[in-house]
Amino acid sequence: MNGAHDLGGMHGFGAIAPDPNEPLFHAEWERRCFALTLAVGFTGQWNIDASRFAREQMPPAEYLSTSYYVHWLHGLEYLLLDRTMATPQEIASGAVELEPKPGARLLKAQDVNKVLLKGGPSERETAEAPRFQPGDRVRTININPATHTRLPRYARGKVGTVALLHGAHVFPDTNSLYQGENPQHLYTIRFDGRDLWGPDAEPDSCTMIDLWNEYLEPA
Amino acid sequence: MSDHHHHHDHDHSELSDLELRVRALESLMVEKGYVDPAALDALIDTYETKVGPRNGAQVVAKAWADPAYKQWLLEDATAAIASLSFTGRQGEHMVAVENTDTTHNMVVCTLCSCYPWPVLGLPPTWYKAAPYRARAVMQPRAVLAEFGVSLPDGQEVRVWDSTAEIRYLVLPQQPEESKGLSEAELADWVTRDSMIGVGLAQRPQAEG
Repeated sequence: MNGAHDLGGMHGFGAIAPDPNEPLFHAEWERRCFALTLAVGFTGQWNIDASRFAREQMPPAEYLSTSYYVHWLHGLEYLLLDRTMATPQEIASGAVELEPKPGARLLKAQDVNKVLLKGGPSERETAEAPRFQPGDRVRTININPATHTRLPRYARGKVGTVALLHGAHVFPDTNSLYQGENPQHLYTIRFDGRDLWGPDAEPDSCTMIDLWNEYLEPA
Repeated sequence: MSDHHHHHDHDHSELSDLELRVRALESLMVEKGYVDPAALDALIDTYETKVGPRNGAQVVAKAWADPAYKQWLLEDATAAIASLSFTGRQGEHMVAVENTDTTHNMVVCTLCSCYPWPVLGLPPTWYKAAPYRARAVMQPRAVLAEFGVSLPDGQEVRVWDSTAEIRYLVLPQQPEESKGLSEAELADWVTRDSMIGVGLAQRPQAEG
């Protein structure tokens, strides 16, 4: 979706302003929001692509005026409602009204380390040969779906060169909608700065973007 | 509250509202049996005390000290990094990219905040915030200059936008004056920012 999250190439946000003495979390609620998001994610009622889509659906003005873990909190509340795991009244009050959704897995404290070390790989076996090889010239398609995509706006309809092949990976555009993993070859495509930004590109610059088969056509 | 610089007026009410909102949600999740509260503490403890950029620094130091490991890292970073027991969430598929005299790599996630957790821990606020995500792909040299890095003319800057589940670790150039040091000593030359590609490896700062 063409949301406020798709920031590449925008102007006007000012300096980067790193803080060398920054704590990992700035407040207790950030700490709890982070852990809650991971722990409730483990219930298995959604996937990582759906959780990114949930955060993207924050209204643009709100997204840009709130801090990172507010996006996470918005996403978590959205997913709990969307997956019928909680009601708006429950989220507002914190008091249980609706029976827990059956089938939700529970992450136990003693399993946290094992689960984190295992992770959730997105690569899938495929019998299909890759359509492109390193050095091939490709053009990205021009799409503007109202749903989740990982083809950033700044890279639509652009020509680049295949740099790396990564095997087949879960396709976020369908997985985020619970319409299947639809695994397909994933490539790193190299785009010269001038091909992305025209005469406003910095000299000797390029951007490497990971893009799925469906986003690409031969150029 | 470095990420609230623009919102001083309503900082306090916003924060307390958020404390209440998250507390209500946590209590709801625990009551419903979706969450074990001790698991929350374990998750926080993992990223506050166990997983962080010192992991990545070990990987880089080993690559600097051991040419065979470096070759493995550049060919199959996931396996080479797993051999040091750094695996899992947000680092399932790793690629290491080497900085050289001709190429400088830096990493961004313009769409969200993808970052290689097992080797770098959780990302700093600036990495997740709009200015870096907006500017890194279009004005990488200007961004690097803000971090105090100026690249010579002709050195290509290569920006990796983490749009998929591949996570990128920059292998910074080894400073000449660190050659010959032990792996343990070398790890102190590797900063978090040098592994994102917005800094260079440097002599360790005196402990203050």
